[in-house]
Amino acid sequence: MKDMESVAERAFQDRIFQERIDAGIKIEPKDAMPDAYRKTLVRQISQHAHSEIVGQLPEGNWIGRAPTLQRKAILLAKVQDEAGHGLYLYSAAETLGVEREDLIADLLSGKAKYSSIFNYPTLTWADIGAIGWLVDGAAIMNQIPLCRCSYGPYARAMVRICKEESFHQRQGFDILVALSRGTEAQKAMAQDALNRWWWPSLMMFGPPDEQSSHSAQSSQWKIKLVSNDGLRQKFVDQTVPQADYLGLRVPDPDLRWNEERGHYDFGVINWDEFNQVIRGNGPCNKDRLEMRRQAQEDGAWVREAARAHAAKHAGSGAGRGAPA
Amino acid sequence: MLFEIFIRSQHGLAHKHVGSLHAADAEMALVNARDVYTRRHEGVSIWVVPSEAITASSPGEKEPLFEPANNKVYRHPGFFHVPPEVKNI
Repeated sequence: MKDMESVAERAFQDRIFQERIDAGIKIEPKDAMPDAYRKTLVRQISQHAHSEIVGQLPEGNWIGRAPTLQRKAILLAKVQDEAGHGLYLYSAAETLGVEREDLIADLLSGKAKYSSIFNYPTLTWADIGAIGWLVDGAAIMNQIPLCRCSYGPYARAMVRICKEESFHQRQGFDILVALSRGTEAQKAMAQDALNRWWWPSLMMFGPPDEQSSHSAQSSQWKIKLVSNDGLRQKFVDQTVPQADYLGLRVPDPDLRWNEERGHYDFGVINWDEFNQVIRGNGPCNKDRLEMRRQAQEDGAWVREAARAHAAKHAGSGAGRGAPA
Repeated sequence: MLFEIFIRSQHGLAHKHVGSLHAADAEMALVNARDVYTRRHEGVSIWVVPSEAITASSPGEKEPLFEPANNKVYRHPGFFHVPPEVKNI
């Protein structure tokens, strides 16, 4: 009798919850929520956070080799932003009752996923341009609808992130503008970067709608607001004219404007490659995790020193009292 | 330790909650908050509060907690009809 009651009770709670979602009411940390809603958000938000942190690595690779001091300072600021974005997102995930250490542990053990795109290498300076233009561009496309998602802390983190992401994309495009107006070798370097980053960027939007396992429930709970294919189409439509401006050729022989649809038609994505990369067999998966593990180990003395300092000065009362 | 961060974005405004961060103590939390939440001069003042110091009302008890305000519409000036010829009230 008790089991039946609790099943009926849960179904009733789930219905009330869905009504709140449908009414556009934001869900906040201590609100009642279905277990599955909490779990899927922890997964999505923490993966998003991991992506930001791991995403620092391909760009960090070129900080020491930026062509000018100004571009170096700008790239440093961008990479610093990515760290900040990761932190906003870990904070948002923690409001759902998970511990930061556990999220990090899952990343370092290989259990947690992060965006497939960061498993590709940055081979030239033009790659830094391509990443800003295409990868941050795709991220913006994905993140703007998320500003309206149902979970308050995630939506607010997205608003903050979107404000900062725009500089990232412009920074990348600016690099490619300079290269496209440069020597033949520089133009060729820009074209080569586009050749290697175009398709992985399209894959960032995830599998085709009919294959995406989490989509239906996430849509109903307003965690996913636009479909993978919808975002992907929008990205292509916006980006191709930008490539035209740069005088670069998108590496897709099937790409053409479809007047009837009012959109670009584009070629078939190699989903085998995507699945391999997601599974850990991309060009840089092992390196990325190795670097993160090394960073965690190398940073241990800093965390210990901070704790020791805090313990030593506990109760000294500095800065306490009526806030200014 | 988990800290909640509040930022006053400019003079005259109140501090607003912007998120949380981890730090070993309050002093380090302040510096961390400067790096995480004010990279674009979003603030002129930062408060850090250990998360455990915050007591929050329970969302499940929202209705009864805020019920007293529901039937006191006379707290709003619009409730009262002021004759049009009367000024400055």
